[in-house]
Amino acid sequence: MLKILKYSFYDLMRSRWSYVYFLFYLALGFVLLFLNNDVSKAVITLMNVIIVLVPLIGTIFGVMYYYDSKEFTELLLAQPIKRSSIFLGQYLGVACSLTLSLVLGLGIPFLLYGLFRSDVIFDFSLLLVTGTFLTLIFTAIAFNIAISNENKIKGFGYAVLAWLFLAVVYDGLFLMSLIVFEEYPLDSFSLTATMLNPIDLSRTLILLKLDISALLGYTGAVFKEFFGTNSGLIISIVMLFLWTVLPTWRLVYKSKRKDF
Amino acid sequence: MIQVEGLHKKFSKNQVLSGLDLNIQKGGIFAILGPNGSGKTTLIKIILGMVIADKGTVSVFGKPIKNKWKYRQEIKYLPQIANFPSNLRVRELIRMIKDLRQQTSEEEQLIELFGLKPFLDKKLATLSGGTKQKVNIVLAFMFDSPLLILDEPTTGLDPAALIRLKELIQKEKQKGKTILVTSHIMQFVEEVADEIVYLLEGKIYFKGRISELMEKTSQTNFEHAIAAIATKTTKTTNA
Repeated sequence: MLKILKYSFYDLMRSRWSYVYFLFYLALGFVLLFLNNDVSKAVITLMNVIIVLVPLIGTIFGVMYYYDSKEFTELLLAQPIKRSSIFLGQYLGVACSLTLSLVLGLGIPFLLYGLFRSDVIFDFSLLLVTGTFLTLIFTAIAFNIAISNENKIKGFGYAVLAWLFLAVVYDGLFLMSLIVFEEYPLDSFSLTATMLNPIDLSRTLILLKLDISALLGYTGAVFKEFFGTNSGLIISIVMLFLWTVLPTWRLVYKSKRKDF
Repeated sequence: MIQVEGLHKKFSKNQVLSGLDLNIQKGGIFAILGPNGSGKTTLIKIILGMVIADKGTVSVFGKPIKNKWKYRQEIKYLPQIANFPSNLRVRELIRMIKDLRQQTSEEEQLIELFGLKPFLDKKLATLSGGTKQKVNIVLAFMFDSPLLILDEPTTGLDPAALIRLKELIQKEKQKGKTILVTSHIMQFVEEVADEIVYLLEGKIYFKGRISELMEKTSQTNFEHAIAAIATKTTKTTNA
């Protein structure tokens, strides 16, 4: 598997898009830090960008890479290599190169700015951890959709729809249900609904760490009580982990049964 | 070498193989023939584990291949359509396959034989169909394995390369290897094959020597004998 990972990773590192993605984060990091002059505000703005952009890029790169490397996959399938190694290797190759672009792109400006002297280092690392998880989750979802659809256009469409649903539509439905059922106690409902969407979960996790939950009113207090504690943090990380493992497991399962 | 029993495969509604049995002994060149869509490539891909059969068992080197992958170390495969990652150079591709298989290889000689030296630093996307097929042949023949599977090896080759390919196949045969080959060029089959396996409607219609087939169909020409099978069966299905 490591060999496939290596080849996929090098292949992506040679492509222009990895650099575009890296340079984008680099520019974003520099602009935010040196225009804002306030690290914790920069972290909030970054969070808003990361929460939406990282899943989108993960989805699109994942689908594109799968379809683009079809020939490579066919070549590998005739070699003495385990099927699961081929697909896991390619998946991790994409996810690792995207994560590397994200971590380096944001890490360099923050390091130059003097991150270690400021007290938001924990918030910043949480931002990078959730960014990494979101990359892993959405690349895995994209690979799942691509392996189940032979038709490129269909696969691409479904993948973008999946992103749109989790990033935008889910929140809309969530808010609407909060309004419709406002007469009922909704604490546990909203907690559960947040836990079930990796994007919402990451957002809540970062917001609550930034100590601006006072702005969120009563629900904020409930959330703070849950996510603010260590067990809440652990449960959230476990949820993100599950979100990563389940699509990856399905990818391996599907790949063992597919005809090429 | 290869035992296939009761093999069934369906692609959505299209039944490709229906209860195919086949036994290939060690040594010699076996040609798998049949009309378009008769399941030749599917059979080969099932033996390689790229396509998964609905029913039936396949054993290679005496062991069932289900969910196995190590046996592919002993197989060299030449795919029908040479699909390569287009952004790689020829040299990089050869190095990569060598790295993945970790076997001793003799690619230098083959590169020389097919005159591929000037193309080594070209990207695969820029190569012509025939040159791609030559790269394909180099990749398949550079390792030393007891079983060779060649799917339409003659596609796009010029006469000079075709002669070299035939010599290469004969050389491998003399080393006592088993070679499975599919082709639509009957002249090529007649020249190289020891035995033919004729697939029709998902089953083996005929397996044996070329002379036996000519006797069976009472034809004197191999190409006509093959054509005779096809017309005979269409007649029976029409009637």
